[in-house]
Amino acid sequence: MDQTKKKIKTNQITLLAPDTRVFVTLINPYGEEAQKSLELSVNTTKEELQSILQQLVKTEEDQVYSFFHNNIELVDTLNQLIASDPEYKLENTFSLTYHPQSLFRIQPITRQTAALEGHEQPVLCVQFKTHGDILATGSGDTTIRLWDMLTETPIATLQGHKNWVLCLAWSPDCKYIASGSHDGQVCIWDVQTNQLKGQPLKGHTKWVTSIAWQPMHLDEECTLVASSSKDGSVRIWSRISLSCLIAINAHQKAITKMLWGGQGYIYTASEDTTIGVWNKSGKRLQELKGHGHWVNSIALHSDYTIRCACFSEGNTDINTKQAKVLYDKILNGKNERLVSASDDQTLMLWEYTSSKPKVRMTGHQQQVNHVQFSPDGRYIVSASFDKSLRLWDGYNGSWIATLRGHVGSVYQVSWSSDSRYMLSASKDSTLKLWSLQKKKLAFDLPGHADEVYAVDWAPIGGEKAGSGGKDRRVKIWRH
Amino acid sequence: MPQHDYIELHQKRFGKRLDTEERARKKAARQPHELAEKAQNLKGLKAKMFNKERFKEKALMKKQMLAHEEKDIEVNVEDVKDGAVPTYLLDREQQQQSKVLTNMLKQKRQEKAGKWDVPIAKVKQMSEGEMFQVIESGKRKQKSWKRRINKVCFVPETFTRKPPKFERYIRPTGLRFKKANVTHPELKTTFSLPLLGVKKNPQSALYTTLGVITKGTVVEVNVSELGLVTQTGKVIWSKYAQVTNNPELDGCINATLLV
Repeated sequence: MDQTKKKIKTNQITLLAPDTRVFVTLINPYGEEAQKSLELSVNTTKEELQSILQQLVKTEEDQVYSFFHNNIELVDTLNQLIASDPEYKLENTFSLTYHPQSLFRIQPITRQTAALEGHEQPVLCVQFKTHGDILATGSGDTTIRLWDMLTETPIATLQGHKNWVLCLAWSPDCKYIASGSHDGQVCIWDVQTNQLKGQPLKGHTKWVTSIAWQPMHLDEECTLVASSSKDGSVRIWSRISLSCLIAINAHQKAITKMLWGGQGYIYTASEDTTIGVWNKSGKRLQELKGHGHWVNSIALHSDYTIRCACFSEGNTDINTKQAKVLYDKILNGKNERLVSASDDQTLMLWEYTSSKPKVRMTGHQQQVNHVQFSPDGRYIVSASFDKSLRLWDGYNGSWIATLRGHVGSVYQVSWSSDSRYMLSASKDSTLKLWSLQKKKLAFDLPGHADEVYAVDWAPIGGEKAGSGGKDRRVKIWRH
Repeated sequence: MPQHDYIELHQKRFGKRLDTEERARKKAARQPHELAEKAQNLKGLKAKMFNKERFKEKALMKKQMLAHEEKDIEVNVEDVKDGAVPTYLLDREQQQQSKVLTNMLKQKRQEKAGKWDVPIAKVKQMSEGEMFQVIESGKRKQKSWKRRINKVCFVPETFTRKPPKFERYIRPTGLRFKKANVTHPELKTTFSLPLLGVKKNPQSALYTTLGVITKGTVVEVNVSELGLVTQTGKVIWSKYAQVTNNPELDGCINATLLV
């Protein structure tokens, strides 16, 4: 085989002759090899590789893949990709990592369409109903307001709390909202009638820090909801009997964030620097130790799937079988990956089976406040008080890029459902839209008059995001 | 008036009259009528005394009624405080890094007050003798057209000297400053910020062009380290501040930010 490599001006690409053949191994996202090496022509295109992969891995027909070598994407032919790697020699096998692509594209958010007034105190938490037609916002004036997204007008004001509404969560079937307040009370609201169900649930002695419902695929009726509090305990309430089923004294210090994972475990991140893994009967399975300071936030790679697997675009039916199927697909036979962000300026990747972290991700220069997995679980983005966001690989935790642009601490971050854009809310009163492909700022979204405390991107029914902040306004942003 | 307790003694020994309750009740029922008659018909000193007693009784009654009512009101357990923050900020003491007050408040203030409301409105007039020192030059030191400035100056970085023979105003390097201690008036925090230039010296336009800084001068400072952002999303990097001390006496420039 004649290697006609033209000698280089450093800017030119050297291409191999079109009849050369190379050995290629296809590697799945977790790093495992799919097959022994294949011998392919250098001019193989993306589509050809796709059909080869589909036959090998036996996936659904509609699944589209993208191929990467050393994080550089395959654009047209294999030749181009080989040329981009100066260290590759013809005798070695060329490794290609494949990733499933999402089929749909979400358009970027560019402008503000509504500034909704109504709250009398700063807006503290914001969450869309999974279909994106109603937005629920909780505020320091002790009310939760529901806003209709079609007309951008208020629907109802839910009163019942006696102190700031700190956190709220839609149930997996989106028929109920559970909310926690600064005096430790949890309220469950029926969205169909916009009324409080029963009485506020008392039990916590200090403020409620987060609320999580049991995922749909574990319980179709969505009866159980868990709440964590500064007093270090997790309480599991039943929506039907409106009583506390179990109170778990999880930690000595405050619990900053709690998640109910799809495998049935409750993950609690605490100010005592550990993360606890509990099952719903109150038994502790694991204590994840490794951080040196408060753990501020945790995220699971299946977060997005748990939130909206039972729904699909276009209709409002709840499909519980689909919820299970999609969840199994994102697990892919492995355990859920958990990433944690801490005041010690590092993030760590964990699996609940071991109490030591799998990867330690450093780089931030101040406390890391919020971390989120992308909806497909491939990337992690972390927001920190050092005014930057960092992008990491979701499988092995390696650093990909730093996104700079904010002039104040970044408080929260949210992904678009096709994993192509990130929206960040900051203390400097702006939101910024970042493009994943270019690893740069895509759009700047000013408009808030003061710090932005919460942001959410509608999961299905997509192209809108809502944000709320200290200026008491709820703003809706669209393409 | 019974002199001793013979009435009680008799009641203990022989029991009460059979109609005592009836009589007591009827007597109590007559009281309001009797009191009303007294109140309407008494005159003179007796009336005064009676009215005084009655007023005291009524005041006491009112107080008791209010006290009873208060017991029925549910006590508010906790007042809802201002300054709601989300969960991730609750346990943190947020340092009030100098932030622009909400733009809505600022707009209201600008509408009320004149735009250039400065902290030090009037400044004492300075004579030329105070400002300048005559420098004699020439072979026999007879020429006295040069002046040395005795006050603190700001010299921009891009400044290049004129040839020394032609310089009329000399700004000594010892009196040149690049930084100012700027105080934010509302937040009462002080920062050391680099100067960008002299906007206006109230003494004279000549001093403005020379860059002389005296008390009351409006200077421009670089505020990019404060991280301020306008509502349209642009980053604010310079603001005006007014000098509040006499820099040539103190050795430093103290100024307040004009928000």
